[in-house]
Amino acid sequence: MNSITRPDSLDVAGIRSAFPILAQSVRGKPLVFLDSAASAQKPRVVIDALCRAMETQYANVHRGLHWMSERTTEAYEETRDAVAGLLNAADRHEIIFTRNSTEAINLVAHSYGRGLLKAGDAVVISEMEHHSNIVPWQMLRDDHGVELRVIPVSDVGELDLDAFDACLADGRVRLVAVTHMSNVLGTYTPAGEIVTRAHAAGALVLLDGSQAIVHRRVDVQTIGCDFYVFTGHKLYGPTGIGVLWGRRGLLERMPPFLGGGDMISSVTMERSTWAEVPHKFEAGTPAILEAIGLKAAIGFVEDVGYEAIGRHEQALTQHALARLDEIEGLHIIGAAPDRGGVISFVMDGAHAHDVATLLDRQGIAVRAGHHCAEPLMQRFGIDSTARASFGVYTSLEEVDVLADTLARVREFFK
Amino acid sequence: MMFEDLRDLYQEVILDRGRHPRNGSRLAAFDVRAKGDNPMCGDRVEVFVAWDDAGKVAKVGFEARGCAISVASADLMADSVAGLSAAEVRDLAGYFATLARKGSADDIPARFAAAIEGLRALAGVHEYPSRVKCATLPWHALVAALDGAGEASSERD
Ligand SMILES: Cc1ncc(COP(=O)(O)O)c(C=O)c1O
Repeated sequence: MNSITRPDSLDVAGIRSAFPILAQSVRGKPLVFLDSAASAQKPRVVIDALCRAMETQYANVHRGLHWMSERTTEAYEETRDAVAGLLNAADRHEIIFTRNSTEAINLVAHSYGRGLLKAGDAVVISEMEHHSNIVPWQMLRDDHGVELRVIPVSDVGELDLDAFDACLADGRVRLVAVTHMSNVLGTYTPAGEIVTRAHAAGALVLLDGSQAIVHRRVDVQTIGCDFYVFTGHKLYGPTGIGVLWGRRGLLERMPPFLGGGDMISSVTMERSTWAEVPHKFEAGTPAILEAIGLKAAIGFVEDVGYEAIGRHEQALTQHALARLDEIEGLHIIGAAPDRGGVISFVMDGAHAHDVATLLDRQGIAVRAGHHCAEPLMQRFGIDSTARASFGVYTSLEEVDVLADTLARVREFFK
Repeated sequence: MMFEDLRDLYQEVILDRGRHPRNGSRLAAFDVRAKGDNPMCGDRVEVFVAWDDAGKVAKVGFEARGCAISVASADLMADSVAGLSAAEVRDLAGYFATLARKGSADDIPARFAAAIEGLRALAGVHEYPSRVKCATLPWHALVAALDGAGEASSERD
């Protein structure tokens, strides 16, 4: 990257106009929405796709022989193609729809964990995981006798890869489940390196892409991982739709997660047989409209383009880090070189909630708390942070408003 | 002035008590205690109560990790309940909860007049729905201590 950043290589004003909510004011001030890592706002194309589906073609999928159901099934299945394209999956059958990342991880912990792991096998997670990539593995450990190992995080906020090697050394690790980007520190983890080391030790890799996929192109075949999960609502899509990608051979060996309609091949009172993947893992009426909305969201992201998104995000992040660093008494948590647009900080003399309340009064939305990452908070000896996170629609001016206002917040609590 | 409208919430006394609580330590000798936990935001408080010979509150101390509102609320609470019986503390907790949620509380018995005066600085929190729990958390912990429950969660609100 050259030293002259070109923040406006992205038409931010044009992009902002695609998000109706950004025209709102909050408490009499223009909305400055810096909480996209919790959930992103929705562009007009997503809103319209949901409405249009309900207005013109809505019916259940995979069930009706009528026109409406056929059209809706087609639209639902087109999202599977769109997701397969987004992730560069080798096969559309490898895309399983879930409610969110949390459900996708639980699906793997149940089906792969309880189905294919044995007592004495080990699973590795890291200290920078979201609770949704901790708790399902603790539950697996407790009911199934699988050992849980944890990769520590360094002071700059990176995974300690030497410690990771030590976790792998005895050859008992069967799965490594780690985040692709921290929702607290903004650190990207070295996915390719993790995969190389894990595979060499005979372990599979699940990546939690909830944050990463919003900012970077993900190619599961290049990365070489075995499972990848993400959640639609952070990628400018609707809530209630998430994705599990897994290698087909692996998915075929895994027992189903939930039982019911749509996931069977045949049912008698004695026994049932399972549908092929992905349907084996999609029991019950799925999130039809949400899937249709997700396809529109993916189309939106692809139209803007990951390159432009990445450049814009780097410009915002570098600018924000520089501006926040100037504020006396403000401390940014984590300083990994490879990081994206999620910045957590604490302020002397002010708790994160107090900071967030003051910012809110100026129309600035940030998140304050432990960000569903309590072990990471403990690692850094804090109980909460304030977090500003950026989306494709975030402008440099908004980052300046944040920094200027934070300087005043510091004065207030001094 | 930026944040002028926040002075209702962050009155001087709140900022001061939040920074330098007078009662913010574990009592060397106490009779009951309980923890309070707000799982949504990570605020934590532990309250210690010592009784006097007449069965009234001799002293309340606390240890807290949390925002200015929760620490100041714990500190003002500790002042306000000294000399009250357990039943009176429960009643006062109810009036305080109303004050925090609605900004005022009617028909407060005269015997609580002084106590409520000291707590009124927290009434401004009612305009900040997401912060009401910060103010009520120490009270949940105190009532849990009196009930012998050991633990309270702001999720009960
Ligand atoms: C890194 C990470 N993993 C998992 C999740 C869980 O996402 P969801 O709540 O949509 O399942 C989140 C977001 O909350 C996250 O940031």
